[in-house]
Amino acid sequence: MPDKKRKTPKLDELEKGEWPSFVKEIKSAADKNAMANDLLGQLERSYEEKIGHWKHGGIVGVLGYGGGVIGRYSDLPEEFPNVSHFHTMRINQPAGWFYTSDVLRKLCDIWEKHGSGLTNMHGSTGDLVFLGTRTEELEPTFKELTDLGFDLGGSGSDVRTPSCCCGMARCEWACYDTMALTYFLTMHYQDELHRPAFPYKWKFKMSGCPNDCVAAIARSDMSIIGTWRDDIQVDEAAIAEYAKAGMDIQKDVVANCPARCMEWDGKKLKIDNKACVKCMHCINAMPKALAPGKDRGACILIGAKAPIVEGALLSSVLIPFIKLEPPYTELIELVGKIHEVWSENGKNRERVGEFIQRVGMGNFLEAIGVEPTPEMVAHPRENPYVFYEEYFEEDSEDKS
Amino acid sequence: MPDVQPKPQRKTDIGPPHYEKFLPPIIKQNYGKWKYHEIVKPGVMVTVSETGAKLYTVRAGSPRLLSIDKIRAYADLADKYSNGYLRFTSRNNVEFLVTDESKIDPLISDLRALGHPVGGMGNSISSIVHTQGWVHCHSAATDASGVVKSVMDELVEYFTDMKLPGKLRIALACCLNMCGAVHCSDIAILGIHRRPPKVERDKLKAMCEIPSVVSACPTAAVRPATIDGVPSVEVIEERCMFCANCYTVCPAMKLNDPLNDGVSIWVGGKVSNARSEPMFSKLAIPFLPNNPPRWPEVTDAVRNLVEVWAKNARKYERMGEWINRIGWPRFFELTGIPFQKEHIDDFKHAGLTFKRSVHLTH
Repeated sequence: MPDKKRKTPKLDELEKGEWPSFVKEIKSAADKNAMANDLLGQLERSYEEKIGHWKHGGIVGVLGYGGGVIGRYSDLPEEFPNVSHFHTMRINQPAGWFYTSDVLRKLCDIWEKHGSGLTNMHGSTGDLVFLGTRTEELEPTFKELTDLGFDLGGSGSDVRTPSCCCGMARCEWACYDTMALTYFLTMHYQDELHRPAFPYKWKFKMSGCPNDCVAAIARSDMSIIGTWRDDIQVDEAAIAEYAKAGMDIQKDVVANCPARCMEWDGKKLKIDNKACVKCMHCINAMPKALAPGKDRGACILIGAKAPIVEGALLSSVLIPFIKLEPPYTELIELVGKIHEVWSENGKNRERVGEFIQRVGMGNFLEAIGVEPTPEMVAHPRENPYVFYEEYFEEDSEDKS
Repeated sequence: MPDVQPKPQRKTDIGPPHYEKFLPPIIKQNYGKWKYHEIVKPGVMVTVSETGAKLYTVRAGSPRLLSIDKIRAYADLADKYSNGYLRFTSRNNVEFLVTDESKIDPLISDLRALGHPVGGMGNSISSIVHTQGWVHCHSAATDASGVVKSVMDELVEYFTDMKLPGKLRIALACCLNMCGAVHCSDIAILGIHRRPPKVERDKLKAMCEIPSVVSACPTAAVRPATIDGVPSVEVIEERCMFCANCYTVCPAMKLNDPLNDGVSIWVGGKVSNARSEPMFSKLAIPFLPNNPPRWPEVTDAVRNLVEVWAKNARKYERMGEWINRIGWPRFFELTGIPFQKEHIDDFKHAGLTFKRSVHLTH
């Protein structure tokens, strides 16, 4: 039990207002837990001084794993001894973040016993985060988690916990089974996930359609985004219903099509499917009338990352279309080749996107055995600084 | 035989539990068979199967940082209203998966009573994706939860209603590491440092590898130097753009500075492919002060951006699409934000961001 109730006039301000308050959450934990109580005290100090009071982690974790725990120590341990260690445990979430009340209660019981009683549901990468505990609690927590069927997620230069949208579980737009693939990849790469051996982190994110609800294209080294290659499915009667209900199909749907592949004559919607770029707008606007085609799969893009080190990148097209069904052999072979080339040649803390920028996409494609295609570029190069590799010798016979 | 107790097997590498364990029967029966979904009212969506089955999703906002008490309260609500089934979204909302339509309104009342507004669907502002800030991070240039709470208190009407022209996604990262990957958001709130690292020589010698500190710098501002006969590093201050990457690899390069740390605001990014291609967010406001506990300068700036966009954008138009249509000069004019030197890129390939035509409105 916490020894004293802290005075937190600044944080108290953040209990007011309509949006749910994180301060109330910390206080609710602090009533029963000394770590949460010292967290409250240290955070109030940060609010007074406008500076954080955490030190870098050291190497801290569970036996045999190199990732999954983020070491954290207070730089004011005398004043806040109960957060002198305050390590985060990343717990690999079930795909799609589905839970039962029963399993959530059991997770809470573990964390009540071993940690601060505070969590993130969920961290940015997707893990369920247990926020704050001491080094000696890590192994007992891990034991109880694995007994419940849970395992730690990734951290450091490893395969980070893969995550996905809810896909076919609750969405008609899912062009492949995102949760099945996420589970498969997570299990397939258990060793790479728990034991960092890459130049830097590697993230997989799976979105079922080009709406990309998990922001795969912005933040995963390999972004697997569902798409289709046949015609949009059309229910003409349902289109008529939308028109009757007052939707301005010309203005709201046709005029917003980036490919200008649609025409509306007031009765019939004509789609030039050859020109459609699968942006999803018309389908989003009329979900009862239009749907992605039936020949569904995914586009694989590579290289997204946040700014550190050389600047932010969006993923770019690597495989324009792939069918994604178990046992996912083609995908696993592709990932294997990329990991091999990047591990062999990547510099320390060089994400695969930055690695590609450094060695050149053309050279990268050659190294992983993928043929270049025009889908991979917004446009061909504009500068004439070509590293020509083929040329004729004076005596060669095959010059033309 | 020696009397040796076999050591209990330590379980490792088991991975997460299979998701099927946590799917409600209606989802198992209709997996891959859903026909369409539509928003019934703010925060409530129905997903209809080919079989005619209907699943109602009720979505509520959350602060992401949750106590086990609150998770247990969610579990109780799930037992009461959704047969014990619930999920979380990529934006940290909680969703209850309801099959009995008559339970929707009582669930909404209970959620509100618990202090969790229902909404975040369709043309709304959903929960702010964010990082740890002063709650748990060593490199934070601002707090995360406090800024998010202050901004959402200000904008909650846009969460619980669907009166905006299109979706608006806000994200916050407390430093350039961007654990929250905010760089493709309609509005991104980004903690920034403004002073170079102060090299703590004794600590550096004990804790850091000099080559990795040097190579961590994207602008070659950090270089090896022998100081008083001891190998160390020096910082060429005019080359430093305060990214803190050196600090990430070496705790002796501290940049945190209460006087100069603060917040920048970025606009117009998106990740969806709908209509326009995904885009990065661009700098709107280079610096706002850290002013805890309520960050009034930040909440005012965000409200202004939301309201100017809401007033001027066409139906469906995201922040970035609206700006692309009207042009940046008009954006700065309408929002009243002064345009200054910091807005002009001077990193690699900066020239690509200069205006290279006379397509201008006068």
